[in-house]
Amino acid sequence: MYGAYLPKKPRRVLVLGSGALQIGQAGEFDYSGSQAIKAFKEEGIATVLVNPNIATIQTSQGLADKIHLCAVTPDLVERIIQKEEVDAIALSFGGQTALNCGLELSDAGILDRYGVRVLGTPIRAIRDTEDRRLFIDRLDEIGVKTARSRACRTPAEAMQAAREIGFPVMLRGGYALGGKGSGIVENEHALAEAVQRGFAGGVPQVLVEECLRGWKEIEYEVVRDARDGCVTVCNMENLDPMGIHTGESIVVAPSQTLNDHEYQLLRSVALKTVRHLGIVGECNIQYALDPKSADYRVIEVNARLSRSSALASKATGYPLAYVAAKIALGYTMPEIPNAITRRTTAFFEPSLDYLVCKMPRWDLGKFRGASLRIGSEMKSVGEVMAIGRTFPEVIQKAIRMLDIGVKGLDPLAFQLPDLRDQLVNATPFRIFAVARALWEGMSVDEIHDLTRIDRWFLHQIEPIVDMHRELSALRPAPPPPPPRPSQAHAAAHAGAHAPSSSPGASLPATTPSTAPPAPSAPPTLPMQHALPEPRVDDYLGEDTLRRAKQLGLSDRMIGTLTGAPRGSIRRLRKRHGILPHLAQIDTLAAEFPAETNYLYSSYHASATDVPPSWRKKIMVLGSGAYRIGSSVEFDWCCVNAIRAASELGYETIMVNYNPETVSTDYDTCDKLIFDEISFESVLDIYEREQPYGIVVSMGGQVPNNLALRLHEAGARILGTTAASIDAAEDRRKFSDLLDKLGIDQPRWAHVTDVDAALDIVNQIGGFPVLVRPSYVLSGAAMSVAHEPNQLGRILARAKAVGPTHPVVVSKFESHAREVEIDAVADRGEIILSAISEHIEDAGVHSGDATLVLPPQSLYIATLRRVRRIAQQIARALSITGPFNIQFLAKLNAVKVIECNLRASRSFPFVSKVTGVNFVAEATRRMLGVARKVDSPGLDLDYVAVKAPMFSFSRLTGADPMLGVEMSSTGEVGCFGDDLHEALLHALLATGFRFPQKGVLLSLGPLQDKYWFADEARVIAEHLKLPIYATPGTAEALRSLGIACTSLAKQGDEGETAMQALDEGKVDLVINVPVEYDQFGRPDGYLIRRRAVDLGVPLFTDLQLARAIIEALRSKRSQDLKVIAYDEYLARSPVALT
Amino acid sequence: MADSPAALINPYRMKLVLEDGTTLAGTSFGAPRAVTGEVVFNTGMTGYVETLTDPSYRGQILTLTYPLVGSYGVPAPRAPGSIAAPYEADRIQVQGLIVQSYVERYSHHAAVRSLGAWLTSEGIPAITGIDTRALTRKLREAGTMKGWLLPDGHDLDRTSAHAVDMKEEVFRAVAPAAPILYEGGKLRVLLVDVGAKDNIVRSLLERGATVDRVPWHAPLAERAALADGILISNGPGDPKDLGPLVAQIRALLAHYTRPIFGICMGNQILALAAGGDTFKLPYGHRGVNQPVQDLLTRRCYVTSQNHGYAVRNDSLPADWEPWFVNINDGTNEGIRSRVRPFFSVQFHPEASPGPQDASYLFDDFLRLCGAMSNHADTPRGAP
Repeated sequence: MYGAYLPKKPRRVLVLGSGALQIGQAGEFDYSGSQAIKAFKEEGIATVLVNPNIATIQTSQGLADKIHLCAVTPDLVERIIQKEEVDAIALSFGGQTALNCGLELSDAGILDRYGVRVLGTPIRAIRDTEDRRLFIDRLDEIGVKTARSRACRTPAEAMQAAREIGFPVMLRGGYALGGKGSGIVENEHALAEAVQRGFAGGVPQVLVEECLRGWKEIEYEVVRDARDGCVTVCNMENLDPMGIHTGESIVVAPSQTLNDHEYQLLRSVALKTVRHLGIVGECNIQYALDPKSADYRVIEVNARLSRSSALASKATGYPLAYVAAKIALGYTMPEIPNAITRRTTAFFEPSLDYLVCKMPRWDLGKFRGASLRIGSEMKSVGEVMAIGRTFPEVIQKAIRMLDIGVKGLDPLAFQLPDLRDQLVNATPFRIFAVARALWEGMSVDEIHDLTRIDRWFLHQIEPIVDMHRELSALRPAPPPPPPRPSQAHAAAHAGAHAPSSSPGASLPATTPSTAPPAPSAPPTLPMQHALPEPRVDDYLGEDTLRRAKQLGLSDRMIGTLTGAPRGSIRRLRKRHGILPHLAQIDTLAAEFPAETNYLYSSYHASATDVPPSWRKKIMVLGSGAYRIGSSVEFDWCCVNAIRAASELGYETIMVNYNPETVSTDYDTCDKLIFDEISFESVLDIYEREQPYGIVVSMGGQVPNNLALRLHEAGARILGTTAASIDAAEDRRKFSDLLDKLGIDQPRWAHVTDVDAALDIVNQIGGFPVLVRPSYVLSGAAMSVAHEPNQLGRILARAKAVGPTHPVVVSKFESHAREVEIDAVADRGEIILSAISEHIEDAGVHSGDATLVLPPQSLYIATLRRVRRIAQQIARALSITGPFNIQFLAKLNAVKVIECNLRASRSFPFVSKVTGVNFVAEATRRMLGVARKVDSPGLDLDYVAVKAPMFSFSRLTGADPMLGVEMSSTGEVGCFGDDLHEALLHALLATGFRFPQKGVLLSLGPLQDKYWFADEARVIAEHLKLPIYATPGTAEALRSLGIACTSLAKQGDEGETAMQALDEGKVDLVINVPVEYDQFGRPDGYLIRRRAVDLGVPLFTDLQLARAIIEALRSKRSQDLKVIAYDEYLARSPVALT
Repeated sequence: MADSPAALINPYRMKLVLEDGTTLAGTSFGAPRAVTGEVVFNTGMTGYVETLTDPSYRGQILTLTYPLVGSYGVPAPRAPGSIAAPYEADRIQVQGLIVQSYVERYSHHAAVRSLGAWLTSEGIPAITGIDTRALTRKLREAGTMKGWLLPDGHDLDRTSAHAVDMKEEVFRAVAPAAPILYEGGKLRVLLVDVGAKDNIVRSLLERGATVDRVPWHAPLAERAALADGILISNGPGDPKDLGPLVAQIRALLAHYTRPIFGICMGNQILALAAGGDTFKLPYGHRGVNQPVQDLLTRRCYVTSQNHGYAVRNDSLPADWEPWFVNINDGTNEGIRSRVRPFFSVQFHPEASPGPQDASYLFDDFLRLCGAMSNHADTPRGAP
């Protein structure tokens, strides 16, 4: 059936996905798209999904009827509309990508031509919200205030507008996602520069707006049905006031500092606006609210599901995307049941009896040259959400959830040399600067003046800082100060290593600081000298401990502050019965009984709402915040593990805290515990729920790291034993194992003394070497050193080198192939396996590499060896469950680089490509169920390519060069009849466009210049594109008789590469750096950066560039076929599971 | 305990005792005074100033389910005689307040004092540190209960007799002692005050009416004749305790030709006067997110509510019909006469606190008052 307010039931709906994860557009759209498909499916409507993001739940079998793993571009989508004969399209579930594609399809008349209806919010309303000028006019019609704003199409217009409005002004680009190209501009000079960058970046118009810096930033999520029923589901308040993008802000829900008048005023304006615009479904409205009056401005309306709506869904339990999909089908809200209570309907506004805090997770340290400043452009790569009953409880949880190596809102966690600057100019560390300022006695008023953060939040942080003081003071007779030379070293150098691109900002110390302001204050490192007496039980009272827990301090933080040995706080806490209780998220503050399984823990709760069941159950630990290196792929693994266990009759408990995920959808599991994945909280849950065992191998490194301690605390780890996991994680143990098994590995050694480093490098075979510090805290950790000076610089950056902080150096192999095996084993016997190869040479991080499955260029002997080694290791470690091994292959020699006894990033890819669910099989094996499985192995009649998605354009100044550190933010997986087709599909899905104007070549090493000769000839002779080349490259090409235009070096006479780029002569840049040189050459950096800023496709790896030119030679854009995923699989000899 | 030296009494310790024997310990942040009353809960996330001064809460101990209370402080007291927002009455109406986490350090441009300071200045006790979710679940499962707030040094037996219990005097206490006339525009509305929130008056004045606010126990017939319409307000407690008012309204219904509009308690009074019946809900509706549906137009609204009693739909006489229904539990949210311009709603169109979705009802009421005033001899249907 379908709703009464839709004239005709659609037969086949096309759902547009959001593609690869990138900054500003992440996992939340997997959640919203999955919900929408589920909602359509329930109505018996067929769904066709276009989304190249192969690691998502929505592209899994059993959800959409047809899946097209290809780019969400008008060109391809039109062909899919034709092929699949859809009669309706849903645009609001795939972020800005889907919305933009939908607008283009509509503009081109394609939707009309094929009779495709737009479900939900009509195109006209979308356009009204997307075009600033229209938007402001529409809101003016109903007297709703917007920021004074002028749309400008030239730099001169922008300057004029800014002068009229008055500096500072806010500058925005139209049709942007995540605030790209927006910022506060203080003066004319800065405006000229920013406008130049905006227009050059292809933005058709810029908006010059009244600057509302310091105003409160408030958002409402609004739902409206076709019958004009309208509710606001949630409001949210940003801790960071206007001026910092909401995606970069710490956000709380519900709002905390608004009184009822303000709350209702903004709510009423939201309803009025949404009704006037004619939204049908869900939207988000953002406000600036004057902190000194009830004056407001509407900042923007997003006429689609957004990051905020995913957050609001998780914060309230109201399934916004699902309801929006039902509304798009013509239902009214009272006709849609409330899935949480199962007694009420979707027409209501959730009442919260808890609060949530969202914090962004940044990985700016991973990008060389990237500014640490945060502002009106989004740079964060993930987020966490903490649920609790007080602000201190949620902010401390949220900070720990970020997994950045701190134990909470510790005022001494980071080196913050220029505190005032840290407060004024926001960086990811500002919240720590606030705590530090309070610790040092700065007044709330002064902090408020510097940060414009509402005093309410500052007052709420005070008791946390006070508790740190109180606990430090409890500690009996201070021991003699322990000698900590390595720490002093860190302190002395931290300031010197502030990145030059962000004056005044400082790097976080990778080790906690040592300089407490008060003489009585303790250092914050866990004490290496445990105090023998007196026992903590004697001086830490029950009341203080309870207050500390209610303020959100972790056991470890309390232990550190009070000098108590590890484990003792937990023991003491349990003795006093101080335990967190689980409370329900029930959407109506316990007013009605609710059957919800959605839970959080709090030390303010006195009872648990839902007692543990008696069923046999398992607990799956999620992946936590998305970050570089851990993203939606692990969520796919967790959800599939849950499903597999559920099919075997187990009750399933999911523990995760990432609001962008499907695993934190309460529909996914029997019990969702939205909480920390730490030793402390997992063990608390384990002891309460008494599951049969814990799955730590599906959520990536976060849960994997807990295996050993949980095992030691008596928890049952399912599958491979904790001891085996440790044997693979511990470099020394694993290396010994390989030696024992006679398996080759790159030579390596520990460096504990900087002076001995050169000797050690010589012992392992000389340069180049890979250098890896032992403690890795979301910073640029690994590097390749090619010569002694470089090694020296890298070691200096590693800061703390010593016996307790050894640095690993290993022999770096140049021009080797990299091969991976993803596999499932049962008691040491491999059950399933898939071998993929990288297109790039070894040295590019496997997460940034382009993967090919089945491999297209490996020797049979290499494949055999890889399989044999994997089997040997599986037996030796008696693996039961998922694992992944990475190999170097050079000629026929195979060396093991790394082994992870958990599901890897590529598990969804290999599962979908082979048509065999590796995660489900691994889960069954871990639960002792052995069924016969058929694996196609390499016998596939198609080729799939997994390609990385980069977000360099959002990271001002970052060098878009690939190296041993991962820097991609997402990935796609596409299919083709051959490597060429699959590769081109994958590249299109990551923003590549077929070059039509010219190709810029800048090939560093001499041999690369010659290796690329054939491809250069293809560019000139087959593709018939002009080649522009940097001087050295031009010379080499000419000597080979390849025509090209030589460009001048920066500063020399003649046309430079930058000019060629700026003038739009070039639409493909191939820039291969001299070596994987961390310090780069200025010219190369400028070319790479400019290409990224202008949105010109850039490739920095020679092998990948060669593969692309080969592919371009064999396929033109119109040769690419659109073939659904199931059609490919049907060619495979293996039945689907 | 009362004989113990004063030094042993901690003025900050307080406990909540429920009639089923449950005792919960917390910390006082209001007046150190013992009180008793029906313990009820409200699920609104903002609006404590409005809620605490809502006369419908008279005699009750209020539990707020949102855990942080006090965040935006309290604005300056209003001048005597003023009916300015956000206050809904001249003083705090609740017997006592129960919260999870009281926020003393407020932050708001309009605030001049903390919630605790305000409560203390008005002699109202308040307790923090209570798991209000667990308490709410108990109240939901066991029905509303009588409870006591006891400061340190008081015990239940000795003080329950002395604890202030408002039950008897509640209706007299909430209505003004004498009629008050608020001069506005041409249309004159007789507001029958059973504990009216000031925002009802403000809502009428904003729309250009003159408001004759009279206590429910005053003779109404004469004043009704002068008015263009009657509005029966909200109020605390059981409508069946207001027999004299029901009788007066019943008399008016027999011959009155102009609009009569009821809000909350007014809905129940109108139902009883028309011959219908009311009953006590297990735990009432108290919050700002209550969904209701207009049975005629099928439109839905999110409303502010605060009531423990409801009209029994099947008790309505033949010439009356249900108007609104609560989407959550199907209970009555409004009634209307099929033949006369008499209608009422169980929810609060004046909101404060809460969403203003239903404020159009004041427009409709006054439009009808105007229409009937000009054509008093040609009765029209309700809006």
